Amino acid sequence: MSAIRVPVVEKILSANDRVAGENRDLLDKNRVFSINIMASPGAGKTSFILQTIKQLQNDLRIGVIEGDTAPVTIDSDKVIKAGMPAVQINTGGDCHLEANMLSDGIKQLPLEDIDVMIVENVGNLICPAAWYLGTHINLLVASVPEGDDKPYKYPNIYRGLNVMIINKTDLMPYVEYNMEYFRQGVEMLNPGLVTFPLSCRTGEGVDAWVDWLKAQVKQYRQGK
Amino acid sequence: MHELSVTESILELALENARKADASKVTSINLVIGQLSSIVDDSIQFYWDTISEDTICQGAKLSFDRIPAVLKCQDCQKEFTIDQELTACPNCGSYRSLIIHGEEFYLDSIEIEKDQEEIK
Repeated sequence: MSAIRVPVVEKILSANDRVAGENRDLLDKNRVFSINIMASPGAGKTSFILQTIKQLQNDLRIGVIEGDTAPVTIDSDKVIKAGMPAVQINTGGDCHLEANMLSDGIKQLPLEDIDVMIVENVGNLICPAAWYLGTHINLLVASVPEGDDKPYKYPNIYRGLNVMIINKTDLMPYVEYNMEYFRQGVEMLNPGLVTFPLSCRTGEGVDAWVDWLKAQVKQYRQGK
Repeated sequence: MHELSVTESILELALENARKADASKVTSINLVIGQLSSIVDDSIQFYWDTISEDTICQGAKLSFDRIPAVLKCQDCQKEFTIDQELTACPNCGSYRSLIIHGEEFYLDSIEIEKDQEEIK
């Protein structure tokens, strides 16, 4: 018996990409602008989401999907307390969100009542980069205390970004962090990336980010 | 990283294509993986042996065709290969480059066997 070669030539994650496309269609149908937030654990993703909600609560309705590796509702509770709808997804130990997990989460959000959907991915600088979710933009929350060498050590995640936040700038006087070195690394991977240094704790720099987001949402709606 | 999910996707894709081709057994899985995809061959092989058990893919040989990264300098337009990430253009020293190859991540083909017809 001889072997027969069957050509396939299909992306390994094509099944994920298909579901991601469906997610995007559902969001577009409801005119919901969506953001996939990635970061290492402890960079301040949840604080950043809460700051964003606080600044925009009179302008936009924001729904949040919280991805975590364990069955906890710590993050979604905080969002609900801030007055916005939230859904918690437990990845069951997986290191990243996949499009089908997000699909389940999206269906639990009141899409007709929200303008923006924020997805908080699992805290991890490696895996989330490989899985397209169908969101409109990818955002990374980098932070000062995690170090200025991250683009050099985790290049893949920076390549797919549309916007980056550098959080915890209030800690600059206390830790060794060379902002220029960090940004130089990012520039090599993603030239011209829109970047907002800010502090979720003091609120410094948050305005510029919020204005940018408002403009993005406006542009998105005009395009529809 | 996430080799288990990736290996599951490879298995699903292989089984789907094997079914379409009426295969009775899959003998080889030919993958094309770029240098810049952070995938570890050994981990995929490790998971593969476990998850392909009791399927027609059991025992199939995984082969990895690694594609070297090729970048194109946006300043001098020269193409170059890299040994490590974040390398400057060897011609002009610029860091502004585009990835031409190295992000490939697909199942190129499978090799299968079919039950022979009983016509003699």
